[in-house]
Amino acid sequence: MKTNIINFVITIIMALLLSLYLPWWSVMVAGFVSALFFSLKKAAVFFVPFLAVFCFWAIYAFIVSSANDFTLAKKIAVLLPLGGNPYVLILVTGLVGGLASGVAAVFGKQLVGLVRK
Amino acid sequence: MKYLKLVITFIATITVFYGFNTKLGSVPPIGKFLDPAGGVWQNDQEETIDGNVNIQGLSAPVTIHYDEQLIPHIFAQNDLDLYKAQGYITAKHRLWQMEFQTHAAAGRVSELIGSAGLNYDRSERRRGMGFGAEKALEKMRENPEAIKFLEAYRDGVNSYIRSLDAKTFPVEYKLLDYKPEAWTTKKTMLLLMYMTKMLAGGDNDLEYTNMLRKFGKERFDLLFPDFFDVNDPIIPKETDWSFIDVEITKTPEGQLPLDTIPQTIEKPNPDNGSNNWAVSGAKSTTGNPILANDPHLGLNLPSIWFVMQLSTPEYNTMGATLPGALGVISGFNNHIAWGETNATRDVLDWYKIEFKDNTRTEYKYDNQWRNTSVRIEEIKVKGAATVIDSVIYTHHGPVTYDHNFMSDNEKSGYAMKWVGHIGGNNQGAFLALNKSKNYDDYVNALKAYTAPAQNFVFASTEGDIAIWIQGLFPNKWKGQGKFLLDGSNPEHDWQSYIPQAFNAHTKNPERGFVSSANQHPVDKNYPFYVFNDGYETYRNRVINDFFNSKDKFSIDDFKALHNNNYNLKAAELLPFMFDSMDDSLMTSEEKEIYTQIKAWDFINDIEKLGPSIWSKWYSKLYHLTWDEFDTEEEALMSPYAYQTIYLMKTKPENEFMDIVETPEKETAQDLFLLSFKDTVKELMDWKAKNGDYNWQAYKGTHVGHLLQGLPAFSRFDLPIGGDRNIVNAASSTHGPSWRMIVEMSSPPKAFGIYPGGQSGNPGSAYYDNFIDDWAIGKYHELNFLYNAEATDQIMGTQTLTPIKYYED
Repeated sequence: MKTNIINFVITIIMALLLSLYLPWWSVMVAGFVSALFFSLKKAAVFFVPFLAVFCFWAIYAFIVSSANDFTLAKKIAVLLPLGGNPYVLILVTGLVGGLASGVAAVFGKQLVGLVRK
Repeated sequence: MKYLKLVITFIATITVFYGFNTKLGSVPPIGKFLDPAGGVWQNDQEETIDGNVNIQGLSAPVTIHYDEQLIPHIFAQNDLDLYKAQGYITAKHRLWQMEFQTHAAAGRVSELIGSAGLNYDRSERRRGMGFGAEKALEKMRENPEAIKFLEAYRDGVNSYIRSLDAKTFPVEYKLLDYKPEAWTTKKTMLLLMYMTKMLAGGDNDLEYTNMLRKFGKERFDLLFPDFFDVNDPIIPKETDWSFIDVEITKTPEGQLPLDTIPQTIEKPNPDNGSNNWAVSGAKSTTGNPILANDPHLGLNLPSIWFVMQLSTPEYNTMGATLPGALGVISGFNNHIAWGETNATRDVLDWYKIEFKDNTRTEYKYDNQWRNTSVRIEEIKVKGAATVIDSVIYTHHGPVTYDHNFMSDNEKSGYAMKWVGHIGGNNQGAFLALNKSKNYDDYVNALKAYTAPAQNFVFASTEGDIAIWIQGLFPNKWKGQGKFLLDGSNPEHDWQSYIPQAFNAHTKNPERGFVSSANQHPVDKNYPFYVFNDGYETYRNRVINDFFNSKDKFSIDDFKALHNNNYNLKAAELLPFMFDSMDDSLMTSEEKEIYTQIKAWDFINDIEKLGPSIWSKWYSKLYHLTWDEFDTEEEALMSPYAYQTIYLMKTKPENEFMDIVETPEKETAQDLFLLSFKDTVKELMDWKAKNGDYNWQAYKGTHVGHLLQGLPAFSRFDLPIGGDRNIVNAASSTHGPSWRMIVEMSSPPKAFGIYPGGQSGNPGSAYYDNFIDDWAIGKYHELNFLYNAEATDQIMGTQTLTPIKYYED
């Protein structure tokens, strides 16, 4: 459990720091790197970084957009189309970031497994 | 097993990366797009409108005050700094639009949207849009100061572009996944070409030619006379033209080529037009002249207009600017006000070209062979191979139609002669107007202006009012350019131009007002050839009747006239139709709707049912009347509304009224009833689907985003009345794109509004905040600042500070 929490925290911090310098795929790097150093088990390999980046992206999106009354989020939620609901857009944002990070983490885990044996 | 897992997870990672980083169909690259740190979320905020920005190459600091409407008021120390700041600030709010419109002008849409844009792009290349922009730039090089201004604007735009990164690109770039390129002086010329095409790029010569051949001269002239039986021209009829000492070009002997043309390139919207007017001090309630302008264009977001105040110690001007062009286009300064409507003159003609052989390197001219030249057009296509289109040029202009494009003969083609290809410093006229102090300055400002020809209305604090129909107009022989011309006959070339001083104009006419609404500029007494090539025939008469109706007019009268919904077209036809309708032949449903329209007062207000019934009925009737024109074999065009109604009323038994498909012989009266029954059926269907057919709902005015009308970035179902051919010219997608009223007090008092907002960012509250007030006919007073001191209307001040080159 402890490793889960450490991995979660490290993934978020890394994703946040890398986002200052790298494009969107910084969350994949974060998931991948934390999998290398804080090895998790079974479904947690995917779901911990998934949840970390899900939270990071969803909260970040919420903070930016709520300060502007979700003016653009409402329109993008029509465009994509998500029924014009900005919260659904936030959810989708979290899912996309989480999925990217989680998949990269699973790859990282496989790589670690190979190197160790 | 381990290796297999590794490979599978590696492939999964790469797939997710690729899938989220790439635009798939119309879905943006979803990872990149939704990234809160760099994607579209970063656009969900307002622009910064305070603080300090370093700009290369400024000579002194520039102050920009933003008022509560997000209108920038720019105070610079000289012209170069001013235009640099205008470029920077315009780009800051409208960059994507500026680039998109110039891409559209250049025929570069496929680069952004893929092969769906290819036909459009080819038309623009074959219209010679890039060629015209280069010609214009060439002409401008003769004037080093003009080039310097263009370069200052360019540098300002580029300063802004350089300050951006992937995170701060406007939202449309993120949606389509591309990035802005550097602005160039040619792009400003392309923007002016875009306007020239929109306003002076129309013609019907090839359609007229098809009809002349098909119907013969007599019937053609009945359908498309040079003058209608009513004419309330821009320049009052009593004007004395005896000062003109140049004669109309003599008509040459010989025949016109009567070819068959199956189809033609897309034409600009025939509703592109405008109103403008001014009353003299004697006719104004305050004793000051008052001027108004409302250009009717496609209703788009971001709006085609951007309001600004531009000021140096020498002058101070405010009004509507065109993102991409310098200066104020429709506006005022401390001394004068001006505005434009389209002159709608025929400045685009077609010449039949006969090539010597299939190589098309030579064409016949004056019984000899002349060399052609080739312009290679390279059209980049997103997601597909680049398309090369070679366009052949003659001395007339580009051979738009040939066997590669909309035509099939390898040894002939049709070349375009267009005033838009001649070039000129058309930017300069506006900059000179911005600085003008009186009537003489205004006249001088206009002298070199060539295209798109405009009716420039004018009023000054000195008390003068005027209107000049300004542009470069060929002095045509009677009938020249109404039909396809012979490209091998030198006598068919444009022989000369009407000397600028003889362009139609009037200053302080006796009636105390000047006005224009795209109607015929003159009556038959004007010595040069001007035929009806789509002149409007309704708005002008309502406007002129209004100004003849009483002695004095106020700003409120002007507002009322802008919002006037009187449907003169309906008023001229409906009573005649009612006279011949036999309601014993109607079902009870039809009778009910018939009663509704009979009770209508011809006012196109939003809550009324009459305008909806009329609109459907007239459109059905029109198509039924001109059923002969409904063919795909050759390009034809059905007659204008005025002549259609004139023929129904005066020649109801004319052969054209007959429906070709039916064995019976129909008259106009038969068509009235048939089209009415059809109308009722369709209205009932509409009602079952959409509810009450009041005019607002039925017309459904909307303002669509420039990028294929993306619904998410557009506004729908606006509560605005009016329609085409009505002074309040708001149809479903087209209408008053800028309404301005200026009273020439000292300083002037001005009102303006447009259907959009100052910000081009859909994430800004200022993206569409003018639309609701615009729809209900409200105006915003324009905060014309006298100097760089901020007033209490100012909500933010930004300073552009000079830094030397090579330091950033």
